[in-house]
Amino acid sequence: MAELKITVNGQHYQRDVAESRTLAQFLRYDLGLTGTKIGCEEAECGICTVLVDGMPVDSCIYPVWKAAGRSVTTIEGLTQGDELHPIQRQFIRHGAVQCGFCTPGLMMTSCALLEENPNPTEQDVKIALKDTYCRCTGYTSVIQAIQSAGREMQGLPPLPVNDPEVSEPLRVISRSVMPQEAVEKVTGAAKYTDDYVFEGMLYARTLRSPLPHARILAIRTDKAKALPGVRAVLTYEDVPGENLHGLVYRDWPVLCHDVVRYVGDAVAIVAADSEDIAALALKLIEVDYQPLPVVADPIYAHSPEAPILHPNHPTGNLLKHIKVRHGDVERGFAEADVIVENTYRTPTTEHAFLEPECSVGVPKGYPGHDKLTVYVGSQIPYQDRNQIARAMGLPEEEVRVVGTLIGGGFGGKEDIAGQIHVAMLATVTGLPVKMLYSRQESLIFHPKRHATIIKIKTGARRDGKLVAIQAELYGDGGAYASLSDKVMTRATTHATGPYEVPNAQIDCYAMYTNNVPSGAFRGFGVTQSAFAVEQNMDMIAEALGMDALELRRINAQRVGVTTATGQLLRESVGLLETIGDVQQDMYAHHNGSGFRWAWREGHKAYGWGVACAYKNTGLGGGAPDKSEAEIEAFEDGSVEVRTAAADMGQGIAHVVAQCAAEELAVPYEKVRVLLCDTDRTPNGGPTTASRQTFMTGNAARHAAIALREAFTQYAAELYDVSPDSIRYEEGLLRTNGKAVEVGEIVKHMKAHGVQPRTRYEYHAPATQPLGTGGDMHFAFSYATQAALVEVDTETGEVHVLKIVSSTDIGRAINPLMLQGQIEGGIIMAMGNCLSEAFIIEEGKPWSRLLARYKMPSIKHTPHIISRLVEDRASAGPYGAKGVGEIPSINTTPAICNAIYNAVGVRVFSIPVDQDALLRAMKAGQKAVYTAWQDVK
Amino acid sequence: MKLWESYHIPSTTSEALALLERYQGQARVVAGGTDLLVEAKAETHAPFVALIDITRIPELMSLEVSANEVIIGAGATHAQIVKHPVLASRATCLVESCGVVGGPQVRNVATLGGNVAHALPAADGTTSLIALDAQAEVIIEGQRRWLPLKELFLGPGKSALNPARDLLVRFRLALCGTRQASAFKRIMRPQGVALPILGCAAWVELDETGQHFASARVSIAPIGPTPARASEVEAQLVGQPTDEATIERVAHWAQAALHPRTSKYRATADYRREMIGVLLRRTLGLAVERARTGQAIPQGVGL
Ligand SMILES: Cc1cc2nc3c(=O)[nH]c(=O)nc-3n(C[C@H](O)[C@H](O)[C@H](O)COP(=O)(O)OP(=O)(O)OC[C@H]3O[C@@H](n4cnc5c(N)ncnc54)[C@H](O)[C@@H]3O)c2cc1C
Ligand code: FES
Ligand code: FES
Repeated sequence: MAELKITVNGQHYQRDVAESRTLAQFLRYDLGLTGTKIGCEEAECGICTVLVDGMPVDSCIYPVWKAAGRSVTTIEGLTQGDELHPIQRQFIRHGAVQCGFCTPGLMMTSCALLEENPNPTEQDVKIALKDTYCRCTGYTSVIQAIQSAGREMQGLPPLPVNDPEVSEPLRVISRSVMPQEAVEKVTGAAKYTDDYVFEGMLYARTLRSPLPHARILAIRTDKAKALPGVRAVLTYEDVPGENLHGLVYRDWPVLCHDVVRYVGDAVAIVAADSEDIAALALKLIEVDYQPLPVVADPIYAHSPEAPILHPNHPTGNLLKHIKVRHGDVERGFAEADVIVENTYRTPTTEHAFLEPECSVGVPKGYPGHDKLTVYVGSQIPYQDRNQIARAMGLPEEEVRVVGTLIGGGFGGKEDIAGQIHVAMLATVTGLPVKMLYSRQESLIFHPKRHATIIKIKTGARRDGKLVAIQAELYGDGGAYASLSDKVMTRATTHATGPYEVPNAQIDCYAMYTNNVPSGAFRGFGVTQSAFAVEQNMDMIAEALGMDALELRRINAQRVGVTTATGQLLRESVGLLETIGDVQQDMYAHHNGSGFRWAWREGHKAYGWGVACAYKNTGLGGGAPDKSEAEIEAFEDGSVEVRTAAADMGQGIAHVVAQCAAEELAVPYEKVRVLLCDTDRTPNGGPTTASRQTFMTGNAARHAAIALREAFTQYAAELYDVSPDSIRYEEGLLRTNGKAVEVGEIVKHMKAHGVQPRTRYEYHAPATQPLGTGGDMHFAFSYATQAALVEVDTETGEVHVLKIVSSTDIGRAINPLMLQGQIEGGIIMAMGNCLSEAFIIEEGKPWSRLLARYKMPSIKHTPHIISRLVEDRASAGPYGAKGVGEIPSINTTPAICNAIYNAVGVRVFSIPVDQDALLRAMKAGQKAVYTAWQDVK
Repeated sequence: MKLWESYHIPSTTSEALALLERYQGQARVVAGGTDLLVEAKAETHAPFVALIDITRIPELMSLEVSANEVIIGAGATHAQIVKHPVLASRATCLVESCGVVGGPQVRNVATLGGNVAHALPAADGTTSLIALDAQAEVIIEGQRRWLPLKELFLGPGKSALNPARDLLVRFRLALCGTRQASAFKRIMRPQGVALPILGCAAWVELDETGQHFASARVSIAPIGPTPARASEVEAQLVGQPTDEATIERVAHWAQAALHPRTSKYRATADYRREMIGVLLRRTLGLAVERARTGQAIPQGVGL
């Protein structure tokens, strides 16, 4: 410790500060300025950016002593009194804030740019923000927000907001209202789990297996326990209840006992007075391992010689064999005039949500906590509670899970991370315990998108009609089941593409291996199958000499079609319209000069490619799907909606608020939302399967309708009027020329002991399990996209210049934020196609640094033209269906089809490898079967 | 977890050397920390006992331009170099290579000295310094001296400097004069680590007529284990006409003569060989044009 002099946001500090502190740690943990976020500590993501003497730096690797005598500006310093900075205002206005975790970094970097250049071009913005990542927005809105802020700073009118066109907007529904907590997110006041601090809190760390498969012979914790400052060291013996968790199959040990099954498996946990002591303690725990043979890939896993990883699983390493049978494929192929058959490969990919996992456990009896409580940013709070309770040997009512803000999830925050561990440590030590994963730990630990091998055969008649599809999929489920069963089921049932296919035979093998577990990831298996299906479609079109969009139009699902799982589509199938939109916008690109699929300019080759997609909304498959919401009105006319439906940035909070405001006719600003507290909010179910808008939107809407009816009943009696005469508008209830504020009614109700509060449990329309025919899902969203790519024929480098998209989402509840879902989904999918692969070598992750896993940065952002189709789903709230996943499904095949059209080489393995692509072009080969991860 | 224990900010080289001496091999020199601290994060060894921050030593922070020469302190940041107007026009390849390292946050702290001292075979700033025939002033075992930059490199990640004892002080290089110019380009891939598949810096001097190469210096990396000049390629250029045919022929020749290797998750040898040709064509062509017109505006900075 020595005395540091530093100025932060204009305030001078002179205090003892540890020499080992980084600037980020000093700001967050010493000064409590938690607006500055930490995402990687590798100078990679840029979200920790602050200004030192006006210059942006990554505070995560900037030693605080380097800043001695200097002036630091953080997000908290942007606001002048109550007045938002133009950057803050414009980020909100343009919808550039989703989960908000990257927002402080993006804004600080922008701030430095605008100080130098208030009129930045798009290129200037891309240069300045090149290494400041956002995983949610897709950057388009960010670029506009920055340009608008620059204009506002010069007294010029800001740019118009890119609000998509929608049909029949209602009073609040289909209006781009401001998302909940947007102001908190742009000012740095928003609290994510690591921003919570409790008096006396301890810090926890996890000891993880360094081996992919090994027997544990002994664990010795004495030395670690003896280290001063260590409060608890726990192993499998200390799990009070069942030492297993898992969302579908309970096969994942809380702490490993006899065997470890992947690099990253948890073996012991430590709580100590500081993170440094906890880290030191981990090094003192001795574990004797006997290495076991490693099952490194799913095909080997299926072979008889592979060791069995879960002896209790009845089908060995085969977690599940999933089948779709429809018609008679042999007869179908016999009718075919053209057949294409190919094998595709997709790698394991990582969510890279910018907020690493964090949980805080608070023991029962700690002030303000009458039961064991876990604070966590999780996608499924009620299931967390259930899993914590079982492992702790407690009834569920004795556990409370409080959802904090989530810095992105995308499916990667559904499984248990540290929730049970902090519950154990808090209980044993009697103190609050925080467990924050480092980025590097997050990378190796959490379930990923499945690597797949997809062999697929497509047959069509000369007139373009598809006659049969046969496919075999292998999915690498990794060490534990997680959601593999469900994800691979979706990959299988969607393997016909969004088409009418009379004969289909699809087999999928979800396998256990010693790789990192695979689970949910935006697109839920359909991202993988679409990569294969949609390239086969283009090959059929080529073989038939048919336009690629025309082929899709001929086969497109429409009302009256029966899917391969036996579901008759009765409504809300907007695919044809999306195809038409995309064709129009693609043609418009060439305004008048005639559309071309491909052309050359010098050594650059250009090509368009298209692909279609569909994705179910909701759990489906016979799973009971329900969501509950509660609404309460207050004397001041405000309303609170309560539901445990996680908002990881996608925006369920504003969706439920809009539903409530619409039905109660109160101003949107008067609606508050309380999410995810198992003691105070009813169960909204998991945030998965693009289900929340549909499910919890409906629950909130019905709860609001019930509350409105209660008002009407009460007011009718109070004023002695007919209930039919009562109208609602802008927070007022009108009847017979009288206007009463809703708050007045609330006062009356309360005075008479009537609670102005309603709850509604919404049950989705019934669905059928796979294999039984009927409705496997209650709604599907549809999309078509076209990609325009540029391939440098000298280097093989691929750039996506433009994406044209049209998406049928039933209804846009909040058009601007929905646009953000689409743009963000597209950019995420570009990463899937062009840059991302989580590499595991014989069970050992190579991608254990963010520096080794490149997601798209702002510089990759193409021009996106996106249109909405609103083919209403009758059971959806105001006709809405899911949007979370659909935009990230067809971008990958659209790009690959475009590459083929541009240079005549088909890419069967992603991410696209410029090295292999160039070599194929030079050698005159028409196919590339390897990807970047195969460069060895 | 903490990556270091003590942090020192000396204000002279002798103070820095004394601190290093005091810690007897347990302290490390740090500049921007963008290599050192990121690597420390990747490894799981114990924290550094002490870091000696050299970025407040005036001698290491200077950037002095004289008539034909520039002296760049080892602690000069990439951002400082990129923004320097004289370097932009007269040491263009250095600006172009420093301009593609990281994003603004990294360039604002990452130093040229750190890039060199890290001694990777394909560090971008280093590639250009080699083509500019830079000299480096070092203090090794307490002895201060100038030496040709390339003599600093012993192997991948290994330099003649002991990071717990020695200092890199500054660089010296000649600025481009009439009929001289340089250019840098690199090939990246969107996956994996932020190091080029291949980088290439070219410096040329034209004869009085402007029609022939009077002399040339080329550095292509990574080819060998350390940064080095491609002297065989240079020899092919000298005396030849500065037309497309020469460049094409030399590019071809170099593709056959140089032997790049395959490196895991970066590039195959075949691809790199192709890129040798592409980069030579692109950089030589640009450098010749700049030398002819006397106009050099850096390209690709920040991208
Ligand atoms: C996101 C990101 C992207 C990057 N992209 C690129 C890229 O595209 N191309 C590229 O080439 N590099 C890249 N780098 C690497 C890095 O930024 C550079 O190598 C940088 O120049 C190192 O300088 P530094 O000041 O940060 O060095 P430090 O990390 O402080 O030091 C590096 C090494 O040099 C020693 N050292 C530093 N200064 C001295 C001195 N004066 N005397 C003696 N020893 C010294 C240190 O002890 C250490 O061993 C990237 C880094 C990051 C984080
Ligand atoms: S760059 Fe600092 S946290 Fe990622
Ligand atoms: S809003 Fe940018 S990462 Fe979530």
